[in-house]
Amino acid sequence: MAKELIRLVDCCMAFDGEAVLDHINLYFNDSEFLTLLGPSGCGKTTTLRIIGGFLTPTSGEVLFDGVRMNDVPPHLRQVNTVFQRYALFPHLNVFENVAFGLRIGKTVMEEVKGKQVRRKEKLPEEEIRQRVLEMLEIVSLKGFENRRVSELSGGQQQRVAIARALVNRPKVLLLDEPLAALDLRLRKDMQSELKRIQQQMGITFIYVTHDQEEALAMSDTIVVMDQGKIQQIGTPEDIYNEPKNAFVADFIGESNILDGVMHEDYVVEFFNRKFKCLDKGFQPMEPVDVVIRPEDVDIVPVEKGQLRGTVTAVTFKGVHYDTIVDFKGFKWLIQTTDYHEVGKEIGIVLNPDDIHIMHKSQYSGMFGDYSSYSEEYDEINDPTYVEEDEDTEGRGDEE
Amino acid sequence: MKNKRSLFALPYVVWMAFFVVAPILLVVFYAFTSAAGDPTLDNFRNMGDYLVVFGRSFELAVIATLVCLIIGYPISYWMAKEGPRFQRIAMVLIMLPMWMNFLLRTYAWMSILENTGLLNRLFAAVGIIDLGNLINGGLNSLCAALNGAFGLSLDTTRDTAMTYFQMINTSGAVVLGMVYNYLPFMILPIYSVLVKMDNSLLEAARDLGADSVTTFRRVIFPLSLPGILSGVTMVFVPSVSTFAISRLLGGSSKMLLGNLIEMQFTGTTYDPWLGSAISLVMMVIVVVCMFVMNRFGEGEEQAVML
Repeated sequence: MAKELIRLVDCCMAFDGEAVLDHINLYFNDSEFLTLLGPSGCGKTTTLRIIGGFLTPTSGEVLFDGVRMNDVPPHLRQVNTVFQRYALFPHLNVFENVAFGLRIGKTVMEEVKGKQVRRKEKLPEEEIRQRVLEMLEIVSLKGFENRRVSELSGGQQQRVAIARALVNRPKVLLLDEPLAALDLRLRKDMQSELKRIQQQMGITFIYVTHDQEEALAMSDTIVVMDQGKIQQIGTPEDIYNEPKNAFVADFIGESNILDGVMHEDYVVEFFNRKFKCLDKGFQPMEPVDVVIRPEDVDIVPVEKGQLRGTVTAVTFKGVHYDTIVDFKGFKWLIQTTDYHEVGKEIGIVLNPDDIHIMHKSQYSGMFGDYSSYSEEYDEINDPTYVEEDEDTEGRGDEE
Repeated sequence: MKNKRSLFALPYVVWMAFFVVAPILLVVFYAFTSAAGDPTLDNFRNMGDYLVVFGRSFELAVIATLVCLIIGYPISYWMAKEGPRFQRIAMVLIMLPMWMNFLLRTYAWMSILENTGLLNRLFAAVGIIDLGNLINGGLNSLCAALNGAFGLSLDTTRDTAMTYFQMINTSGAVVLGMVYNYLPFMILPIYSVLVKMDNSLLEAARDLGADSVTTFRRVIFPLSLPGILSGVTMVFVPSVSTFAISRLLGGSSKMLLGNLIEMQFTGTTYDPWLGSAISLVMMVIVVVCMFVMNRFGEGEEQAVML
């Protein structure tokens, strides 16, 4: 079984009396790629900074290998961080940036005459050189040793930041939105690069992002957070296919979320019609949230459909069409590869495995309705991310 | 487009030409000319008599600059660490004396340090003066020790029978005047570099295993070098060429280059040719000093610019 490295027990954090983290319980395993995913302000960065030692939780415990670490300062923790805006040292070249941690040397606790004493263990110059060069090769920056960091592109600076953290051979690497300032193409490249490095080094990555695609593509485990609480923990497949509540369903991918009633195991009613589903274990006649992913809906001729609706908008997205269909005033997003013109009446068929049932939560009714298509769609879809990306890119340019 | 814009610079260019370049050319011309108007190097040869003044000027300016740095850096560091409200108040307090006339401030120090001045009268009132001899003895040996250690020439000879502390007309008073007047010029550039420093750099250093001392030594200090360099320049240059401070607080025995030059132009020993030569030599020395220092700090400066 995977070995547990870090555990957060009932961690709460408040800034000026305002709760940012609300009883977080979480553990991190050896060699795991774990992503903290959520919108800005959800507490993901705060969680990361608590692990890094830059914040002390208001209550609760931070355990490394079972040892309480709450008050241990960052420089004595066996974790390293890749900061969002790189935070490379501008007065040092690439080599010296990467060598920074090695030159400081490891702090070792020693028992001298019954007392715990800290001592710096300096590495020999030759070993420093060897390790730095080796690490630069891993991040594909061989030959860049003598460059000034200001001469590097964003992607290269990011690699230096990763090398600078990894060269210290931490047990856990913390990454705070490391790709946020890169453009889309570079971000995709760096995603697979990061995954490769993580597997090559065999260490734990704790990755913070608000980008669900990034999280799905890279993670072994995703922790979805909102309002300082953990909403769901699971593999990318779990999170996507079996979201626990409307927030998760909406945040990870697109979802149509409708009100339904669970009649008995495997039978759910919505739109005054009973559907077969694969979910069970609900109270008889329990009100539930029903999630239907836009790509799971099959459009058929009207007479063959279980439900019938009218197409009200179509957007071409490259691979598919985003088709908005009006069912008695409730609008669905359906993704199809076939074009259906606006005003056409269509039928749809839902298979049992297209339907996912969730308990009602505080998020019920907040998401998953495409009725105000034009506005909400813009909000829900990429533009929020693009907006933030532009923001961070803007800041990057200033440097 | 570019040409049109450069028109805006014209007033300044004209100003520079008339009031900066022309005077410098005049100084150069005078420096290489005799009273009769013939080209000569005599002015430079005659300067040898004043080597002591050169030495004293640079020595006191260096000491004043170092003292400013030693006082100014911690203040800047502290200010930069505090909240914006504190920073504003501290900034006003530092700037406050500068809103007063420079001469007035220096005169104020004169009346404080004089033999019959505020401080001595205070000492007399409290009854410390009686111990004066004893303390003076201690001061003398302290000065002697400092002189021995650093090759300085602080005053060591003191009237042991005096009933007051000799503060005015000493090198110490001149340095005090320099530090008092020029300290803000050291604090401001260092502060502005420190306050702009990206906090994530410090976090990165901590993250990589540096304790606070190492973080300061390996990140904060190197990154604040540009501020230190401009602070040092802004204190050293006016200190080395001052004449008001040395005249008011140093008296005739502590003549500095500024006073020497002033004498050549306005005093009884009217000799603008020698005065120009001294000015020129001082300028060259200062420029060379600054050049060497800036070369030393060039790398860091670029780095912070990014």
